[in-house]
Amino acid sequence: MGVHGFRRTARSRIVLRTDDMERGLLRELVRQLVGLVTPDEDPFGADPDPLAAMVGIDPFAERPEDPALHRLFPDAYTDDEEAAGEFRRFTERSLRETKLANAQTVLDTLERSGSKIVVSDGEAAAWLGTLNDLRLTLASRIGLDEDNHEAFYALPESDPAFAMFHIYDWFTFLQETLVNALTGLRSEPLAADDD
Amino acid sequence: MTHVGIAPVELERPEADSITAPDTPWITIVWNDPVNLMSYVTYVFMTYFGYSKEKAAKLMTDVHVQGRAVVSSGSREEMERDVTAMHSYGLWATLQKDD
Repeated sequence: MGVHGFRRTARSRIVLRTDDMERGLLRELVRQLVGLVTPDEDPFGADPDPLAAMVGIDPFAERPEDPALHRLFPDAYTDDEEAAGEFRRFTERSLRETKLANAQTVLDTLERSGSKIVVSDGEAAAWLGTLNDLRLTLASRIGLDEDNHEAFYALPESDPAFAMFHIYDWFTFLQETLVNALTGLRSEPLAADDD
Repeated sequence: MTHVGIAPVELERPEADSITAPDTPWITIVWNDPVNLMSYVTYVFMTYFGYSKEKAAKLMTDVHVQGRAVVSSGSREEMERDVTAMHSYGLWATLQKDD
């Protein structure tokens, strides 16, 4: 895992080489992210307010208890709980939809691809968002912070966090190479478009 | 130089400042976190705000080193829009009055 990252080819395409296991893992985790981000219930089921639904207002949006969800949908105000709640009611639904649309783009790309995944620049932006959401979620689940990366690298394979950390690490590599491919921030020679 | 305009300039100005923008300035703050990549944060600042690579990289460094950076300022509505955008990219952002 992690041998190949995204790269921009000489024909200006953004390409990722993968094997079956990597694609399976990506698909599985993106589906889990979709499950996490999809709202539990339809807030308009009992007493529908069509106008609120149309403009994406969720009258029942609350500060999530799950720390991973709270990191994906953070408070917009640090010192004003009421304003933070109001902001959440007006924005969280559309924020969830943005994240779900990104995830769906990733799933669509995987669906149409074999070992070679080719993404447009627009799709690459969706991939970046989803990879970031997955990394935020995984980091929250295993308690990763600024200072404990080394400890995670030293974990034995038997540790329950071992796999999650190494998947996180792989997603980090994918995201980093994708940013570079998308922005050309790194000035290394373009890869040959031979495959 | 002699002023020859027919309108008395002084009379056009008064009171405008306090009327036009009672709600400004508000600021959007992006906070450091252990997950977001420096290259990604720079990319977001360039893509969303249209900042130059230099300005985006400087703000990213401020976030990383100082723990936070003010990335935009304006009306409360504008800052709510910026914060929503930052959250959609997965950055940790808040807004507040600039006092």
